[in-house]
Amino acid sequence: MLVENRTDKVTMLDIQKIRADFPILEEKINGKDLVYFDNAATTQKPLPVLNALSNYYGKYNANIHRGIHHLAEKATSAFEATRRTIQRFLNARYAEEIIFTYGTTDGINLVAQTYGRKFLKEGDEIIISTLEHHSNIVPWQMLCEQNGCILKVIPINDNGELILEEYEKLLSEKTKFVSVVHVSNALGTINPVKYIIEKAHEVGAKVLIDGAQATSHLNIDVQDLDTDFYVFSAHKLYGPTGMGALYGKKEVLEAMPPYRGGGEMIKEVTFEKTTYNELPYKFEAGTPNIADVIAVKTAIEYIEELGKENVAAYENELLAYATEQLSKIEGLKIIGQAREKVSVISFVIEGIHPQDIGVILDQQGIAIRTGHHCTQPLMKRFGIPGTSRASFAVYNTKEEIDKLVLGIEKVKKMVL
Amino acid sequence: MTINEIQDELIEEFELFDDWEEKYEYIIDLGKKLPKLADEYKTEENIIKGCQSIVWLNAYMKDDKLIFEADSEAIIVKGLVSMLLRVLSGHTPEEVLNADLYFINRVGLSSHLAQTRSNGLASMVKQMKAYALAFQVLEENK
Repeated sequence: MLVENRTDKVTMLDIQKIRADFPILEEKINGKDLVYFDNAATTQKPLPVLNALSNYYGKYNANIHRGIHHLAEKATSAFEATRRTIQRFLNARYAEEIIFTYGTTDGINLVAQTYGRKFLKEGDEIIISTLEHHSNIVPWQMLCEQNGCILKVIPINDNGELILEEYEKLLSEKTKFVSVVHVSNALGTINPVKYIIEKAHEVGAKVLIDGAQATSHLNIDVQDLDTDFYVFSAHKLYGPTGMGALYGKKEVLEAMPPYRGGGEMIKEVTFEKTTYNELPYKFEAGTPNIADVIAVKTAIEYIEELGKENVAAYENELLAYATEQLSKIEGLKIIGQAREKVSVISFVIEGIHPQDIGVILDQQGIAIRTGHHCTQPLMKRFGIPGTSRASFAVYNTKEEIDKLVLGIEKVKKMVL
Repeated sequence: MTINEIQDELIEEFELFDDWEEKYEYIIDLGKKLPKLADEYKTEENIIKGCQSIVWLNAYMKDDKLIFEADSEAIIVKGLVSMLLRVLSGHTPEEVLNADLYFINRVGLSSHLAQTRSNGLASMVKQMKAYALAFQVLEENK
């Protein structure tokens, strides 16, 4: 029930071949081979994605939708092809349900400031969870300040899992919106979002799922989930930065007022009145991030060619290995031990500040993330200022995890 | 010693190190040796914003010299703080204000000056100079 669409049909991936697709992995950091374990922050980009970007600029750069010349048509067609690719990737019913955004944060802000401002009133309740990234907290707090809504928070247990009984207690006829993360960026916990959505719908609330950390690891089917909104960022999915998508059910998106005003989102403008364009353009004011949108199609195809199931199986193997190896380090405690997790390990070491761990690992060419991971309320829940987080992608290896373990031993030797 | 003489002394000390490990072991050692800041100074106002780990900085005038005291919860930052104190504490506000901190680059620690959220050395230097400016104005108005 917890993990959507995992199947047992798994093929072994040729990891060395995959690594060869990522030129950055050949970089030396402080004279050492780069070990990149900050994939939850952003993944590296494979050559086909880099080529898609340079092909666009080198061969058919043009502004889209308006021009009638050859280049404009070619760029427009590539741009719209990405929309259909994302539609398939999320299994959305219609292509116009896919709105291009600058990323997950942008998508959440869009929903809060359009759906939220129009349909939520004073006293209405919005439910989020303790696992949320600041980007799924602050836009709702801003809305609460504007509209007088009330924010409610689902608590978690010591393993870093949502306490569903508490969630059900929070739900009432006052609940108008639920916005929950699919996969926790700080702990890796996979939330039972299908269940969460079902329960929210029972009280008539709309639901947004923050998929920033989910799309590179799990199969997403927005129709099966029956979610009203789903948001993600391309740069965590082997794609370029500054590009993401918002999925919304067509009838919900249609009922929403536009977000930003400008070109592309209009049908007709006079100084007296402007009529707005149809979906999805109503929400896409201004010249979009054309090159990056085009390259996202390539990133998604890259993942699909590897096969999400195969990627997930390999990443789970890395996670199991890392969990086993890191657990052997004396004084190291893993924060977040949910039963359902993606390949993210957050840990603390007794007597050592996470920043010191990060600095000394960096000297050894190992990139991890340290700090509060933009989840300060979550860190507070565990009573810690932050953690060190290693997050794995399909190009990582067990040998690299061994380097991390040795690196941490060195940190301990130097600091303690 | 002048600020620049102390900087040159630090640069010489760092020249003895062959690799990053020796360098960081030295910084960690400096951090461990830095006297703890009294709890009464570990206040919200004394926290320097912009550092991934908490850094407290306290400043006061003794005779005509500006004295800094600082602490951090992270040991490497504490070592870096210790170096900054060695260079800047005990000089007049004017000297602190005019100090060109070239030692940070010369000892190969410029990455700690980078304006990312994780490295707050730049914020520390900025705050120390802000104190120097404030005390300079106070002294002038005496």
